[in-house]
Order: sequence, then structure tokens, then C-alpha cells
Amino acid sequence: MENRTKHQKVKLAAEVLSQEELAMGVFSMWMDVGEMAGMVRPGQFLSVYTKDPSKLLPRPISISETDPKGGRLRIVYRVAGEGTREFSGYRAGDSVTVMGPLGNGFPLDSKKKAFLIGGGIGIPPLLQLARELECDRQIILGYRDELFMDGEFAPYGPVFVATEDGSAGTRGNVLDAVRENHLEAQIIYACGPVPMLRAIKAYAHEMNMECYLSLEERMACGIGACLACVCKSTEVDGHSHVHNKRICKDGPVFRAEEVEL
Amino acid sequence: MNTRVNLAGVELKNPVMTASGTFGSGEEYSEFVDLGSLGAVVTKGVANVPWPGNPTPRIAEVYGGMLNAIGLQNPGIDVFVKRDIPFLRQYDTRIIVNVCGKTMEDYLEVVERLSDEPVDLLEINISCPNVKEGGIAFGQDPRAVEAITREVKRHARQPVIMKLSPNVTDITVMAKAAEAGGADVLSLINTLTGMKIDISRQRFALANKTGGLSGPAVKPVAVRMVYQTANAVKLPIIGMGGIATAEDALEFIMAGAAAVSVGTANFYNPRATVEIVEGIEAYMENHGVEDINTLIGCVR
Repeated sequence: MENRTKHQKVKLAAEVLSQEELAMGVFSMWMDVGEMAGMVRPGQFLSVYTKDPSKLLPRPISISETDPKGGRLRIVYRVAGEGTREFSGYRAGDSVTVMGPLGNGFPLDSKKKAFLIGGGIGIPPLLQLARELECDRQIILGYRDELFMDGEFAPYGPVFVATEDGSAGTRGNVLDAVRENHLEAQIIYACGPVPMLRAIKAYAHEMNMECYLSLEERMACGIGACLACVCKSTEVDGHSHVHNKRICKDGPVFRAEEVEL
Repeated sequence: MNTRVNLAGVELKNPVMTASGTFGSGEEYSEFVDLGSLGAVVTKGVANVPWPGNPTPRIAEVYGGMLNAIGLQNPGIDVFVKRDIPFLRQYDTRIIVNVCGKTMEDYLEVVERLSDEPVDLLEINISCPNVKEGGIAFGQDPRAVEAITREVKRHARQPVIMKLSPNVTDITVMAKAAEAGGADVLSLINTLTGMKIDISRQRFALANKTGGLSGPAVKPVAVRMVYQTANAVKLPIIGMGGIATAEDALEFIMAGAAAVSVGTANFYNPRATVEIVEGIEAYMENHGVEDINTLIGCVR
């Protein structure tokens, strides 16, 4: 997944257009970013900066939707600490400093019948992917309990839901939903917690399917310089010639065989 | 107006450089910054062979700063010489290569490999708190500091900067040891060893348990150490530790630093270095300072 076309990055003060709580602690924010909206590929992320000078580092947050004509994009994020709590308090008209788009994003060229599998806060980046893929799409979404965004995927393919507590859809995880509904595909695009990605990687291997996984890790620079957000890679990486690919720059999307989870 | 400064006979167009490990070899930042507008680029530490670094998580944010325990991941000198030096040569800036090692022989191998390369200065990292062997093991004992400085000087073609650790009782003891060993320049400070505990998971925030504290939180400690060192040795000093603005950089210069390095600020403001260059020029203009050298150590 390296050596993709270089794309420009922009750092700017965006205007918040709307803020909505989709589920407990999960927020959706649209922002006016001008031309940046046209530079985004599905699976890329933004560095979002807090206004609190005691918090130095930007928060990496995936882009869930982009509207190039309207010059706006959307992030859907979970409040995980003080930084994201600050973001959740922004209202229309407030400004938010962002840098992006960052990372490689999902490949879009395959026409194979696909699973789009999201778990928890890994679901949002799949929405733009669902919109841009041109193949036969089956969307499988995993939640702990409360659902969000599931209805937004409906225009792009059948949506299957799994919940840990069984309150909606299949009781269990996303692969339980795949099996319970006897779903089949040739390619997987997935984003979610590591245990889920590990299981999906094993499943794809067993079924001999092409598979792309989007990872996350704590980041400092977001552009590939600090080497904080590395993951174990099966191949020697292009930067340090060890087995450490940079999630921010070589990823966040990797072929499943490319990484050890 | 003169912003040029001199480090061991090497002239820099201005005193602003990058702190090792925060700027890679410049490639990632060249999208945001004209590297030719910087006094020098100091590369991430390079060893004789590739180092994989530490397990993740490697960083944690703390109040006004961050902890890192990257563990000196680097591609080794062969790739560095083939890829990173030619990249930096495209720009009209000084090239300073930071050298790390686990043993004396490791350091010397890298220093010798660089002897025929178009590199302006070498910075010897004897102060990384995040690797078990080498690094700081050399930097906390004055006899070891003097010995490694002397050996490096014997093998180096370029002037040698020794990068000192703040994790000592008296940094001037280490500074004098480096001076006695023949160092040409000192740089300080490296990061302060710190720790963060994630109370919700009841675990260390870093896989390495401890990490180096950097960012604005460490600046007063760094300014104090630069001042003490400037008054203890005759060598030029590259000051660093939490510099994020021109005002911060000027504090270090007035404390006695001939040049300054910008580190953690690059992570949250990719244009921090050039903004500091411009801010220093603006200060000089506003205060009628003709030559930046008159500001070096002007506060006594």
C-alpha cells in the first residue's frame, strides 16, 4: 500500500457547520473546509487540534463523509478524553483547526463483491467508502449496544447488524452476523478494534479473500516523521527498513497480509 | 541585519535548526517548510545498522508536553547515506547528522562512514533515555562522556557536537567532561525521563513504562541548564527544550545558546521552525538589534 500518488496536505481553521450526538458519546460534526473536501479519499483522516494549549498534539480522527461541491466534510467520533470532549462542545459557527487529508485511504478500483465491516467507532470511515465503491456491497456493522449510522448505509447495500448484548441484529460480533446470514463476498474492507480486525484477517485468510484493514494508534505528527504510530509489518518497511510500517503515512489502510495484529 | 551564527567554524544562515528525532530527515516536513530557510536540519539519530525501536504505545500526551519512547528506530547508516543525505543536499541548509549507538564501536562505525559524506557537523547522542544500552549509559558518567567524546573526535572529519542529558545532578560536570574530551559544540537538553499511568486501565501509558518528556513543560529547566552550561564551558551551545515560538528561542539565545533547535513543536505546528526564523527577525528589527550574535548570552 505504499508509493501511492502524493497528495497535498492542508492545515486550516475550519468553520463548524453542525454538531449532533448520534449515540451516547458519539458525535457527528460537519465542517466547512473549502477545497480540502475535494482532496479526500475514503479511509483518510484528519488531525484535529484542541484550543487548549496544554494539549499539544492533534487528535487523529477519520473522515466519514466528504462533499467536494459544498466544500465540507464530516467526522464522526467518540468522546474518549478531554480533547474529544472539547470538540463535542463546538457548535455551528465555531472554528476548529484541522490538518489533512492524511494517510492513504482504501483502494477503490476493485469491482469484486464486497463486505464493508465496521466495529464501533470504526464504522464512520466506511460511509464514504460505501458511497464511492461501485461493486456489490454488503455492510456489516458491529456495536456494543446502541446503534448509530446504520440507517445511513442503507442506500448502498443491505445492512447487517451485530450487537454484543443482542439488543439488535445478531447477538455477537460482525463475523457471527456474516455466518448467521450466510453472506459471501470476494473482498473485505474493515475498520474497528484490533480483536475484530484480527478475527477478520484470519477469516479472510481461511476464505482466501482479498482484505483491507484500517488501523489506529496514538500519533504525534500525523505525517510520518515521528515514528510513534508504527505497526508490525510482515514486509520490511520503506522508511526504516525494519518491520514497522507507519500507520499515519503507509496506512492507515493495509492489506491484511501486510500487518501482524 | 545579521542573523548568521557560527558553530565551530560552520556558518549557519540563522540560528534555527530542528531537534533530532522530531523532523525525520526533513522529507515529511518539506511539504510545509522550505528547508533552505533553516539554519540547519538535524536528522533523526542514525546507527550502524537498522534499529526497530520500542513496542507501541510509544507516546503519551501530558500537561503541556508529551512523553516519547520511540527507541531510536532508524534505517541504519547505509540507507541513510544513500537516501537521506542526497535528499537534504537539494536544499541550501546545513546538514547535521545525529549519531546513536549501543557500543563505542557502533558510534565510531557511523562516524567513519560519514567522514567522506557532505555533512557539516555530527551530533553524538549520548542522552537518549529510551534505549537500555548505549545512549544515556554514556551520558550520565563524566568519565564515559569524556572517553566517548575523545574517541569520536579521533575518528571524525567534521566538528563534533555532544548532545547532553538533563537527567543528571549537575549538567555542567558533563559539559566540562565533553569539553575536556575535545567536543566542538554542546547541545542540550535531551528529554527528561518521565512516566504516565493510565488509571482507567491501571497500566503504564507507554509500553516502555518510561519515556522522555518534551514540549513547553520542560522549557524553564532547559533554559536554566543552557545558562549554567554557558557559564561553565567555552564551547558554543545549541539550546533546545520546549521551543515553540521566537520568544522561546530568544530566551535560550539570551541564556547563552549560539543556536536553537525546535523539536516537539514540529509535531503540532509543522511550520514552527520558519515561524521562529521570522519571529526572531521581527524581534531584531523591533529592538534595533543589528547582529544576533550580540544577543547570545546577553543576560548574565
